[in-house]
Amino acid sequence: MKPLLTANHLSIQFGGLKAVSDVSFEVWPNEVFSLIGPNGAGKTTIFNMISGHYRPSDGFVTFEGEKISHLPPYEIARLGIARTFQNIELFEHATVLQNLLVGRHCHRHTNWLQDLLFTPATRRAELQFRRTVEEVIEFLELQHYRDSMVAGLPYGVRKVVELGRALAMRPKLLLLDEPSSGLNVEETEDMGFWIEDIKNDLGVTVIMVEHDMGLVSRVSDRVLALNQGEELALGSAAEVQSHPAVVEAYLGGADV
Amino acid sequence: MRFLFKTDYQRDIRLFKHGGQMFWYSALALALIAAPWLLSSYWVSQFIFIWIYAIVSVGLMLLVGFTGQVSIGHAAFLAMGAYTEGYLYSLGWPFALSLTFAALIAGITGIIVGLPALRVKGMYLAIATLAFGFIVEEGVTRADGITGGNSGMMVGSLQVFGLPIDSEQRMYYLCLFILALVVLGVMNLLRSPTGRAFVAIRDSEISAQSMGINLAYYKTTAFALSAAITGIAGALYAHKLRFLSPEQFTFLQSIELLIILVVGGIGSIYGAIFGAAFWIVVQQLIVIAKDWLPPAIGQQTGLQPTIFGLILIAFILFEPMGLYGRWLKIRTYFQLFPFYRKGMFRRQKSYMKSERLK
Repeated sequence: MKPLLTANHLSIQFGGLKAVSDVSFEVWPNEVFSLIGPNGAGKTTIFNMISGHYRPSDGFVTFEGEKISHLPPYEIARLGIARTFQNIELFEHATVLQNLLVGRHCHRHTNWLQDLLFTPATRRAELQFRRTVEEVIEFLELQHYRDSMVAGLPYGVRKVVELGRALAMRPKLLLLDEPSSGLNVEETEDMGFWIEDIKNDLGVTVIMVEHDMGLVSRVSDRVLALNQGEELALGSAAEVQSHPAVVEAYLGGADV
Repeated sequence: MRFLFKTDYQRDIRLFKHGGQMFWYSALALALIAAPWLLSSYWVSQFIFIWIYAIVSVGLMLLVGFTGQVSIGHAAFLAMGAYTEGYLYSLGWPFALSLTFAALIAGITGIIVGLPALRVKGMYLAIATLAFGFIVEEGVTRADGITGGNSGMMVGSLQVFGLPIDSEQRMYYLCLFILALVVLGVMNLLRSPTGRAFVAIRDSEISAQSMGINLAYYKTTAFALSAAITGIAGALYAHKLRFLSPEQFTFLQSIELLIILVVGGIGSIYGAIFGAAFWIVVQQLIVIAKDWLPPAIGQQTGLQPTIFGLILIAFILFEPMGLYGRWLKIRTYFQLFPFYRKGMFRRQKSYMKSERLK
């Protein structure tokens, strides 16, 4: 079996600050791979390098065997990598349905002229998009919010809408940046079920940045712990949590 | 209250969501078709200006209201459309062709003006478009071989497919027809992937990219389409005025166009049309009021800009959603009667957005 995604000696520098240095890992198809670490460990930075928002100063990322680090974000999205954001980046002044339909954007095959005239091809594509989006709405139980404006929705629902928008892309790989941040216990529980379903029922591989160790141990197949841009430990959730270097990074050294 | 029972996805795609809408829009269309016979030619002429301004506003709304890119140089596109039409028409080109060319040339210029939008945002983009406006204004003055420079350009009387547009009534129908086509086109865009990409760029560029939207492509497309629509309006404007000179397309005109959008309501096609109508009507009311006011006020040169300034401030303070917002509130009041609550349209608290990648 070949890895779906590999990070090879990834490094990035902002001015004099080495945010990530020499991080390598492989993500296998159909696994949930979690990145953990204290604030500023470089987890989100790694996400941004995978999705093309940052260009690594050294090293590269491959997806399905192809190097992708030189591609702009929209082309990486077209390859089948979807992501969510730490602080929810939805299209505020649009309905939930419209947000999810934007998720179908990379599967469009009509051009602006066909759209301007709303040709039969555009209409057919719209109906097809809608069917896919409705499947996502049903999967995430968003029926009630379908026609609501995002700007008026509670935080927990927005989080689910953002997940839905990423799923509407029918991605091969899903990057979840702190899926449980800002959610209450019950909502976090739901998020855990969905991540399991995404992996088992939809067959999507997930890379997740997460602080809630309960959620991490529940859904992750493997966990990579980072600190100050460097790898600390890689293994199952239990192994990583008991690893001495990880304990030290979170709780401080014994001699302090 | 009306409940929509939807049985298939087509219902969400349709332009008219229910029979009631269909009825009222048909009634409106009939009224507009009958209007030139009922109104004096003075008001028919004012309606023509409303239609032309509405076309420009819809074009500008596509860019400012739906794609979130500011332009304070739109009068330049209006000028390009007007002068292209005037020049090509004087060469004997048929109207259908010269109109297409006016749109095309404005559209291509729009792509060029859109290029800075790929790098700069907000205030800086506004300055770039402002500079473009000045360049065109200056260019029109200098290129007197084509435009007639400061002495102006006469535009011949219009013929469409052999039919002379020699009365205000005929011009009214032509402009109304083209406005209808433009509105239909923009509505089509907005219910299809292209329009959703525009809105996505307006609301969050970073996640638009992550959804596979090529920012450069869609921003230039928005600029090009907006400019082309404005060019079409420019061509009609040329035939309406019959005389073009550089001082009709100044920076102030670009600002006026933006005021129309704010007064009408940013982010809706209704807003663009309401704004245009309001603009023309208030202008006429000021002209009428001038005769009634004491000369010390009525004859002041700055009267009109002052009034518009006050109106703009009043809208920003009391009705940021513009005329369209007011209309929505009135409509909701009657639809929900007697359950309308005062806070229904209060702006929701928005959550902190990520600043990390900007």
